[in-house]
Amino acid sequence: MRGMNVVVAAAVTLAASAPSGGQPTSPNSGRSLAATCSNCHGTNGVSVGEVVSLAGRPKDDIVRKMQDFKAGRLSGTIMPQLAKGFTDAQIDLVAAWFAAQPSK
Amino acid sequence: MGTARRDFLKAVGRASALVGSLGNSLPTSLAASLGASFPTIARAATVAPSSAKVVVVGGGYGGATAARYIRMWSAGRVDVTLVEPNLDFVSCPMSNLVLGGSRTLADITVGYDNLVRRDGVRLIRDTATAVDPDKRVVKLARGEDVPYDRLVLSPGVDFMWDELPALDNPAAQDAILHAYKAGPQTAALRRQLEAMPDGGMFVLSIPVAPYRCPPAPYERACQVAWYFKRAKPKSKVLILDGNADVTSKGPLFKKAWSEEYSGIVEYRPNYALTDVDVATRTAKFEVQDNVRAAVLNVIPPQRASGIARSAGVVTANGRWCDVDFVTFESVKVKNVHVLGDAIQPATLMPKSGHMANQHAKICAAAVVALLTGEAPNPEPVLTNACYSFITDKDAVHVCSVHQYDKDKKTMLPVQGSGGLSPAMSELEGRYAWNWAKNVWADMVG
Repeated sequence: MRGMNVVVAAAVTLAASAPSGGQPTSPNSGRSLAATCSNCHGTNGVSVGEVVSLAGRPKDDIVRKMQDFKAGRLSGTIMPQLAKGFTDAQIDLVAAWFAAQPSK
Repeated sequence: MGTARRDFLKAVGRASALVGSLGNSLPTSLAASLGASFPTIARAATVAPSSAKVVVVGGGYGGATAARYIRMWSAGRVDVTLVEPNLDFVSCPMSNLVLGGSRTLADITVGYDNLVRRDGVRLIRDTATAVDPDKRVVKLARGEDVPYDRLVLSPGVDFMWDELPALDNPAAQDAILHAYKAGPQTAALRRQLEAMPDGGMFVLSIPVAPYRCPPAPYERACQVAWYFKRAKPKSKVLILDGNADVTSKGPLFKKAWSEEYSGIVEYRPNYALTDVDVATRTAKFEVQDNVRAAVLNVIPPQRASGIARSAGVVTANGRWCDVDFVTFESVKVKNVHVLGDAIQPATLMPKSGHMANQHAKICAAAVVALLTGEAPNPEPVLTNACYSFITDKDAVHVCSVHQYDKDKKTMLPVQGSGGLSPAMSELEGRYAWNWAKNVWADMVG
């Protein structure tokens, strides 16, 4: 029954968080934004390679790291360039979504 | 089917009558299957549940990802059928390392088992030969007709052999190889390189852009040069580019050719190939003299694969498919979505495997939303990250971020974001393999 509960809970959450109109973000914005990261950080943030998993990491950690990349305070290869492509609101959304995922 | 799943379907059935009133424009089966997202419905009458049907054509970076994510994001409520003739997925990205000899085809091959067993995708090993968008049916080579509510085409490219008359037959294509679809052609070109006597010249012809994976030919030149440097030091790599300059990562590749592969690689721009002589492995050009090769590798000009023409979605220059970037639905044919190399991209969106995977996730989210009567995400975002190997271990990258512009109705690269590696590095070579492992897992598991 566990699987079913998860499905129903997810469905109810989805319906409850659906925008009533006029809101700028759709209910799955965080999920869809996070999916742009999975090519290197793994599906749902669980990496199968040497690059870190993001699933289950505290939201504040992810936000801080992204903001540091974006501002040039943290060096790297690809992330300083990619971080500059996301708005602050998008970084908050994506970080909150990853923080809520099971880290496996 | 487990108890939980049966109970869930019963609940969905009870819910469906109420949802039906919300979803007149949806396939009925679909509205029924969505019932559970509406918490108030559990009291309504019983209707036999069934699911919306999505057919995906092509199991590469775009199609396999779309198949998986539609199953995942619909929590298994949308039926997905994937039509793919190949037994396994063989990656084009990384395949130049097989030509260089530092990797094998086995290293870049992944089966479709997880997509079937874990994700519940129905896999049909066949070729889609035609689409009837009015009847919403895909016809397969062996005769089956597969109906769909929404169709996702991720068919890749066909080579335009008619532009190279001497290569417009299978025997010629087995002799002068493209190796631009990974698999048997990759292995065959590797064998030609191994059989070539030292002192020979490998000639690589690059078509005028747009073509799939802009940096791939230049990476190929590096990988063949890497092999020659170690195994056949008197041999040369001659790049004859149909374009006026290197189309991607130019400064990084040119640095590699003048330093790492000095005396091995020569680059010549503006070489527009008109035909070849198969027997003598000679390339012929619009302007310049013929060039005879020990191994001649012709990357032909490309267009969206034939199934896209059958579906009526080829709208740009008779070659590519224009899509609405919010859904990746064809601008011309309703209920048909197009992904990957076959689309007409927005500015600075390359035809890359990474991009195809990202198209697929925007499309999957939109397809699930549309099938459940919701609005698609109006602000899709996608990224590109593309690694090229200079040696067997050192790589460079190019990357970008693209946000949807509602006014211009297109994807725009974000100013100030993205860029190139400052120089090749072993760290980026490791990150390139991390990318491959994660994106392959993201697609097929």
